[in-house]
Amino acid sequence: MPAVSMTVNGRAVHREVEGRTMLVDFLREQLGLTGTHVGCDTTQCGACVVHVNGLAIKSCTMLALQCDSALVTTIEGLAPPGTPLHPMQAAFRQHHALQCGYCTSGMVMMALDIVRRLGEPDEATIREELKGNICRCTGYHNIVKAIAAGAAAMVASHA
Amino acid sequence: MRDFVYHRPASLEEARRLAAEDGALLLAGGQTLLRDMKRGRHAPASLIDVTGIVSKQIELRDGAIWIGAGATHAEVASSAVLQQHLHVLAALVGHIGDPAVRNRGTMGGALAANEPAGDYPAACLALGATVHTTGRNIAAADFFVDNGRTMLEPGEIITGATFPISGRAAYVKFLNPAARYAMVGVFAASAADGGPRIAVTGAGTHGAFRWQEAELALTAGFVAENLRGIGPLPERLVEDLFADAAYRGHLAEVLARRAVALASGPAPGVTVLTHGSREIDR
Repeated sequence: MPAVSMTVNGRAVHREVEGRTMLVDFLREQLGLTGTHVGCDTTQCGACVVHVNGLAIKSCTMLALQCDSALVTTIEGLAPPGTPLHPMQAAFRQHHALQCGYCTSGMVMMALDIVRRLGEPDEATIREELKGNICRCTGYHNIVKAIAAGAAAMVASHA
Repeated sequence: MRDFVYHRPASLEEARRLAAEDGALLLAGGQTLLRDMKRGRHAPASLIDVTGIVSKQIELRDGAIWIGAGATHAEVASSAVLQQHLHVLAALVGHIGDPAVRNRGTMGGALAANEPAGDYPAACLALGATVHTTGRNIAAADFFVDNGRTMLEPGEIITGATFPISGRAAYVKFLNPAARYAMVGVFAASAADGGPRIAVTGAGTHGAFRWQEAELALTAGFVAENLRGIGPLPERLVEDLFADAAYRGHLAEVLARRAVALASGPAPGVTVLTHGSREIDR
């Protein structure tokens, strides 16, 4: 079986995988990182969004083998146990930006990509940017509020 | 999904050789191919990953825009060269899929996939693009053969595409309310030689096409009113849960008028419409 090496949340990992193994299955089943979810499994819902080399991608639509030598960050990598939440996670908690929580890790990882590219976008832009992240509970209002607040906190902390 | 052998060749030469083998398919960003493999539409024996060996360059060459096949949608959408010289293409690509899809999907992959509601095929046809491969240069009009089909031969790899610059060009699409791809999209351009070009995506059962009757009507003048009531589209139209053929045909004419108006207006670019959009064209 082919082997793959990558750095996940700062830790070097080396495993054997099948060609068809998607990154999300590799993360969940081989590394036990179950914070990344599988929703639609058809590249639409965004529950599986993680960062590969700093860019948000849908891990249900990228082969584990395509991530050879890549830097991967999942929701577990944002704030290690015992440390304060990442400002975006804190904003999601403060604004109650989740109900069932299934979409949340993907929402947070996409929110960080939005901040990386756009800084502090307005509400309409945040909504447009969430085109590929679907939530069936919240109606999005609190998610949008949380992303705006998280973006402001991140920008302020870098100022 | 059936398992396959994954190759990441170090050169285009090696990729060509591997891709010419029986059951091999080329893999770029995978945003169409991997999804279709899950659906069972393809079951390749091997995947040849060309990301990393095809160019991502975007530059002005001899008065036209050259885009390397490996450029992701995010890279094309944010390209300073495109913003300056062919803003409409950057804007069109900036509305493909969603931000995560745009971080992976590439131009070469989108051209090779030739999805029935793809945005790139309409842009290529209307702008008169040329697709460059490891073996030849192919006019867009010849390259796109049918839904999901192109002229590419086994082992032939897209290296880039050239887009002539058009100052009067615009794209207007109306989104499918669920999947949010183009239910119909119309690209209107006044070509460098002055000829009007109208390309329609999402509507034809054989993929994107040039609308000759609309172009003929516009030779009298590149103004939206010349398209009013020009009659049915020549192609057989897609019918699905969301829109029957008559609706799509009507939408195509409305969007074509809007695209021409936008292209000849003060700020040509892209308009994305959906159910409930405030701007309604009657």
